[in-house]
Amino acid sequence: MKIHEYQAKQLFAAAGVAVPEGVVAKTADEAADAFNQLGGEIAVVKSQIHAGGRGKGRFKEHPDQAGVVLVRSADEARENAERMLGSTLVTLQTGEEGKTVNTLYVEAGLDIARELYLGVIIDRESNSPVLIMSSEGGMEIEEVAKDTPEKIFREPVDVGLGLQKFQARKLAYKLGLDVEAVRSAEKFLPTLCNFFLENDCSVTEVNPLVVTTDGQLVALDAKVTFDDNSLFRHQFEELRDLSEEEETEVRAAQAGLSYVKLDGNIGCLVNGAGLAMSTMDLIKLHGGEPANFLDVGGGANVDQVTEAFRIILADDNVQAVLVNIFGGIMKCDTIVDALLTAYEKVGFTVPLVVRLEGTNVELAREKLSTSGKDDIITATDLTDAAQKVVATLTS
Amino acid sequence: MSILVNEETRVITQGITGRAGLFHSQKCREYGTPLVGGVTPGKGGTKIDGFPVFDSVADAVEKTGANASMIFVPPPFCGDAIMEAADAGIKLIVAITEGIPVLDMAKVMPQLKEHDCRLIGPNCPGIITPGIAKIGIMPGYIHQEGNVGLISKSGTLTYEAAWQLGNIGLGQSTAIGIGGDPIIGSTFIDLLEMFENDPGTESILMIGEIGGNAEEQAADFIKANVTKPVAAFIAGVTAPPGRRMGHAGAIIARGAGTAAEKIAALQAAGVEVAESPADMGAAVQRAIANRS
Repeated sequence: MKIHEYQAKQLFAAAGVAVPEGVVAKTADEAADAFNQLGGEIAVVKSQIHAGGRGKGRFKEHPDQAGVVLVRSADEARENAERMLGSTLVTLQTGEEGKTVNTLYVEAGLDIARELYLGVIIDRESNSPVLIMSSEGGMEIEEVAKDTPEKIFREPVDVGLGLQKFQARKLAYKLGLDVEAVRSAEKFLPTLCNFFLENDCSVTEVNPLVVTTDGQLVALDAKVTFDDNSLFRHQFEELRDLSEEEETEVRAAQAGLSYVKLDGNIGCLVNGAGLAMSTMDLIKLHGGEPANFLDVGGGANVDQVTEAFRIILADDNVQAVLVNIFGGIMKCDTIVDALLTAYEKVGFTVPLVVRLEGTNVELAREKLSTSGKDDIITATDLTDAAQKVVATLTS
Repeated sequence: MSILVNEETRVITQGITGRAGLFHSQKCREYGTPLVGGVTPGKGGTKIDGFPVFDSVADAVEKTGANASMIFVPPPFCGDAIMEAADAGIKLIVAITEGIPVLDMAKVMPQLKEHDCRLIGPNCPGIITPGIAKIGIMPGYIHQEGNVGLISKSGTLTYEAAWQLGNIGLGQSTAIGIGGDPIIGSTFIDLLEMFENDPGTESILMIGEIGGNAEEQAADFIKANVTKPVAAFIAGVTAPPGRRMGHAGAIIARGAGTAAEKIAALQAAGVEVAESPADMGAAVQRAIANRS
């Protein structure tokens, strides 16, 4: 689960992680007020969307307007905010369609001496969180890793003990921080790692992390993603911005389905994540384009299959649907019952190709063939299924 | 011969009084697995469908001689259940549970090491040595006895592969689902090593997917250490970056963990990579033919 920068910074502040002073603005007037409230000579107006690259991003409606701007007066804050709010910001990470900006964060300017990179992620090799820092603040860490890996430093974060002060100093010395900043790092880095651990984050990234001219570490940006598996033990629900999520994906999650919308025109309904992914691959291999990833899970019932079909068909791009089920513990005939009921309830308008294999497949095929629904196309194996569904688009 | 599961295996189920726990315990027993009991704290001393229930894993081990555990405990309590099993001296733990917080797994891992305990999963279908025993939720009849070692991150894709192998007369020595989470107990490399050393295994099929770099590491390991023919399939060639594809670990995070990288690494290590999920069985045949 992703949250906005301003939410992450509010959580940071509460946890004792240093952030610049900032005010949330939902209207242009609020942005102007925010500038006055902060009281400085400069402020930064930042678009709040769940994607990076905002500074270099531009608005569809205002091609000269950047997603993050430095302003020197309340009027300037208001004028920029007018162009930004309600407009569509396109960055390297949003894709061409961009994202609508509904919220701005107006932040006090800082006297910056240095910009660093900081990220805490789960390292799959050491099975532990790891703190990654680099002297190249503001740069994409992947680029730095590729071009100048010697500028990246890592320290493991013990899940029980957190980050120790000596580890913070170790990193600070490697980064060449001066005495004052090393002292600041001794507090900042362990506090930030504790934030990661206490909130079950899967990513906490601060890019840039700045060192101010008086030697203090401050989080100038904040990107926080929580581990979806641990949401049950936190109260993060009010931080969720549903406008940032695909409506159908939210709906799918509520029905216990795992769904990801894609750009193609062949809808897929599959059991199991691996099989669902490879069904997409198979469609592509045979010249089609998958419209979605959809895993109905191991125990799909009539309601879930019905909802799955509705979600797939709600996508106007979908011109055919492929059902690929390998019945394990879930019996194929049970799936067919659900399928037939759902087929009737939903009212199909596009071709449906069904491939079944596994437990009770004979019974399932018989049920399908005697159902009177002759417009359902059956397939014998994976390749046959992919060819048939692609053929429905060209015939 | 086989790996991990054999005639000596004695299994208990943690979470046996839950719906899934009981159902799959019954299925394992039907398959022939020596399932000697279960654990549900607070229900010790009772019986469920003939299975004795114990309050603790330690108690179950003492009374039944169990040496393996299959875990169905719900996600919030699963990390604790794994650590309890390790502490009680269980040497093989199979965690079926999906949805364990990743930091819980980070806490579990050092404990496993300390107790010299092997964990399969979490978020996996389990292990089967066809004809002998299964510890998991896979349908037994799909897996025929044979000499292909099967390792997979995905459940239904494993069934698909076992079915394809069966159709061309290739059974499995042992088939293992390692799970699709970011932190897992056993990796491709752990199991590749076991299969390489298992006289009952003559070839290996590994099924990976996008996310992380376990497949690339496996490729390096194969190149240096595996003499048996290896085939592979990688799911997610068409997966978009930055989106989690069902499994918690199946995500291309900012350019890393793509299927293309994994396929290239495996091919460079001499692995026969299936071009589609329909080609997994045939890829094993080609891998074997290439060696003879």
